[in-house]
Amino acid sequence: MNFILKMAWRDSRAARRRLVLFSLSVVLGIAALVAIGSFSANLRVAIDDQARGLLGADLVITSRQAFLPEVTAHLDGLGGEQAREASFSSMMIFPSPEGDRTRLVQVRAVEGRFPFYGEFQARPGDAPAQLAAGGPVVLLEETLLSQFGLKTGDTVRLGRVTFTIIGAVLKVPGDSVAITQLAPRAFIPLGQLPATELAGPGSLVRHRIALKLPPEVDPAAVEREMRQKFITERMSYDTVEERKRDLGRVLENVNGFLSLVGFVALFLGAIGVASAIHVYIRQKITTVAVLRCLGASARQSFAVYLVQGLGLGVLGSVLGAALGVAVQLALPAAMAGLLPFDVDFFVSWTAVARGMGAGLVICVLFTLLPLLAVRRVSPLVALRAAFADRPARPDPWRIALGVLLVAAIAGFAVEQTRSLVLGLGFTSALAAGFAVLAGLAKAVAWAARRWLPRGLPYVVRQGVANLHRPNNRTVLLLLALGLGTFLITTLYLTRTTLLAQIQGTGGAGRPNLLFFDIQDDQIGPLNTLLREAGHPATQQAPIVTMRLRSLRGQAVEDLLKQPENRIPGWTLRREYRSTYRADLTDTETLLSGEIVPRVAPEEEIVPITIEEGLARDMQLQLGDEVEFDVQGVAVRTRLAGIRKVDWQRLQPNFFIVFPEGVLEEAPQFYVAALRIDTAADSARLQQAVVRAFPNVSAIDLTLLLETFDTIFGKVALVVQFMAFFTVATGIIVLAGAVLTGRWQRIRETVLLRTLGATRRQLVQIQLVEYAILGVLAALVGCLLAVGGNLLLAKFVFKTAATPDLLTLGLAVLAVSVITLLTGLLSNRGVADHPPLEILRQET
Amino acid sequence: MLKVERLTKTYASQAPAGALTVLREVNFSLPAGASLAIVGPSGSGKTTLLGLCAGLDTPTDGKVLLAGADLGALDEDARARVRNEHVGFVFQNFQLIPTLTALENVLVPVELRGESGREAEARELLARVGLGERFEHYPVQLSGGEQQRVALARAFMNRPKVLFCDEPTGNLDGETAAAMAELVFGLNRERGTTLVLVTHDLELAKRCQRIIRLKGGAVISDSQTETP
Repeated sequence: MNFILKMAWRDSRAARRRLVLFSLSVVLGIAALVAIGSFSANLRVAIDDQARGLLGADLVITSRQAFLPEVTAHLDGLGGEQAREASFSSMMIFPSPEGDRTRLVQVRAVEGRFPFYGEFQARPGDAPAQLAAGGPVVLLEETLLSQFGLKTGDTVRLGRVTFTIIGAVLKVPGDSVAITQLAPRAFIPLGQLPATELAGPGSLVRHRIALKLPPEVDPAAVEREMRQKFITERMSYDTVEERKRDLGRVLENVNGFLSLVGFVALFLGAIGVASAIHVYIRQKITTVAVLRCLGASARQSFAVYLVQGLGLGVLGSVLGAALGVAVQLALPAAMAGLLPFDVDFFVSWTAVARGMGAGLVICVLFTLLPLLAVRRVSPLVALRAAFADRPARPDPWRIALGVLLVAAIAGFAVEQTRSLVLGLGFTSALAAGFAVLAGLAKAVAWAARRWLPRGLPYVVRQGVANLHRPNNRTVLLLLALGLGTFLITTLYLTRTTLLAQIQGTGGAGRPNLLFFDIQDDQIGPLNTLLREAGHPATQQAPIVTMRLRSLRGQAVEDLLKQPENRIPGWTLRREYRSTYRADLTDTETLLSGEIVPRVAPEEEIVPITIEEGLARDMQLQLGDEVEFDVQGVAVRTRLAGIRKVDWQRLQPNFFIVFPEGVLEEAPQFYVAALRIDTAADSARLQQAVVRAFPNVSAIDLTLLLETFDTIFGKVALVVQFMAFFTVATGIIVLAGAVLTGRWQRIRETVLLRTLGATRRQLVQIQLVEYAILGVLAALVGCLLAVGGNLLLAKFVFKTAATPDLLTLGLAVLAVSVITLLTGLLSNRGVADHPPLEILRQET
Repeated sequence: MLKVERLTKTYASQAPAGALTVLREVNFSLPAGASLAIVGPSGSGKTTLLGLCAGLDTPTDGKVLLAGADLGALDEDARARVRNEHVGFVFQNFQLIPTLTALENVLVPVELRGESGREAEARELLARVGLGERFEHYPVQLSGGEQQRVALARAFMNRPKVLFCDEPTGNLDGETAAAMAELVFGLNRERGTTLVLVTHDLELAKRCQRIIRLKGGAVISDSQTETP
């Protein structure tokens, strides 16, 4: 053992800087894993510490309808404290001397001492108390105040009431920051709601009761009992434990995704290490042979280099862990906008150990691959180098190691994604990329040998020949560069696809402004107003609310009570907002059955169409009978057609569509959509509409896009932060590979120099070789990325992949240029040495 | 000390000519302290014979007994132990480990066995070959002749019973080669080592007690010289 350690240390003398460079390849991957793991531990602790504050109560019950008296009576019987809330979206009017301005807000009419746990953070600090005292006061989202230049004491209008601003909302337990981007919050006392006249029929009011239960009452038991007792009521229940579980799950998913990105960096780095060690070991073959001649066993000589490999892995892990902890400090800033709670920084030693462990295992397994060759070096090589090229028998250890490597990668991926399918999918994608690139590299080497035109200039022939000659780096460079290009380009292409998906919502002539909550008696005057303003509604739809009464003759209550019922409860309990019309819209296609445009009022069974997903969930076939309760009136229908709906458009889409002739007399309200080209026109039109019809709300696509952009920007920052690790690793691996090549080729370069090659010719030879490798790797990496993006778009984001030639072009250019530059820079100086000096060193 | 019986080495080949026999039924026996030169033109099988005698490779047929051990019956690790305990090597191209100093190179055979505290002996050996001032120099800082002298010191460090030399002066100029030959034979005599020498240099060969000539893998003559 002593000899092995001593020899490993001494033998590394001339190569220590090189070995440190090799170890740098894995540093960033390990840093990413450590940073993410440790930060996730911080988040978990924060969730545990602030669990009750996450919800603000022991139990929160939410319903789309006002609570039934039986429900409130049941809750009153539980004891403890209650706080009530009614929330809905509405247009707020901001009076100003230049004309009123409007903005969609989320009105939260509250009553009671909510939150019971955690703190309602506002400025000034006593604003929540003023709100609880009642009166026409409003507490507004801080962003709204700055956007409209408002301050405490100014007034705003909601419906028919003018409210005085008493302060800014900063943080409310249970609220997600992302959601408040779309509709900023406006808290008013619940007692003021009726006077606004906003919560009329058709407006989507969400009713909420938050409970602080007596200590002996178990919130989960209350939830279980109420779910049983009020089985037909569509109410959702939120307990602290559930909130913790949900947040934990989200956290695990994000953690899993980011860890995979980190792992990709580690994988790439490990390939870099393996390729560098491969070359390193080739240079050590004579030393190994001499050791064998002097009596070292195969195991001893293998152990000498294994120690070096382990040392390299340990160094990489330690440096990686240290960098990871430093990066962890930066993560809260990168994620600040996405977190609903405060996070305290601490280093999770478990996460550090896990990151280092994963790094060390992967690094050592990859290092072992080339190291195995040491066991088979014949001592005869010391006598005659030609013995080194004797054909090798297949090495069972190499095969076993390959299997172990794949198992380790798959195990890690499955553990991180907590999904066998996703984990194996990730591993297969890596394996496929690996196989394609390795295959291509072999093909390139073969083609370079076979089809090298004799008539080409010497430097070109020499450069191309370098692709196939002994000690070539074609396979390793194409793998490292190609995989790096593939992974990074996929990230960017996916971003483009997602952005295009959002932008496509309002593309070419499609509606981008939607008015909703329009009452029956308002639709006529509203249409007149829109026409006069020069922006008539291009689409409008009446909405009639209804609930399911029975499905194929079985009452909904009975279905819900059946334990074997497989139909999701929400499809049976929910309130459907259906429309009636004679034909399909341009976002719909008929998949099966027929559209019946119109029926006679006396028709007993009405032919309707249902959206395909809902029909599937409800297990409905064409011809099945469905009975609705349309605000107290029973309406029998049959499924006449199944529609596919493109939901990703800003226009009214419906689960259930009735023919004309049935619902016209039912109480109804409307939505209207139109296209408006400039933001200023849109703002003016919204103001005019809200002034005339205070209860009507508007949402425009610009607002949606802005919201997506803000949220996506925050997510993208995190993703780019992680992608940086992969990019930087790619560059380190590339530099390492090229430097390794420099050591490998130095003798040849010197011989060429000795034979009279000029510096210019030497550079040109390298230029040809690196240009071919760079361009090929970039092209294949991009091609793989296009494939990856197509698959991700189809199976993960359920959208069409957007071709992004600019990104692809930039990627090809960048990778080629970086390869060339790194290649030339790393080889810089080779031609400066006097040939004799290097020839002497080589002996 | 070294006994070779019907030693044959054949390499399988895809070529139309079929398998290639590089050594054919070689027999000889050397007592302890004897010296043998193996001579012959390039490709005659000299280095193959040396490799087989030293246990660096296994024969296709026949056997080698070295210091009482039947090398053919041993696995590669056991042969490595035999080499470490009984064999010293001097190669044509020196084969020093470039990352070790002269002193460390000389110490490798004993350190491999896990022995320590033999530094004084290594220094003495280096001084004996005239490198008393070059202990801490790396191979690249030494001339060819100096490198070969380090290799010789290393070969004697484990007090070998048999010293195998493959063209020990092949890469050296005349004067350096002569000095090297003096050292090889001098040390060999001093320490009573059995010497097996592969060389093109007939003058050098004549300094051995016995010369075997090879051609096409077969022994064409086996003669004693007048050297005592």
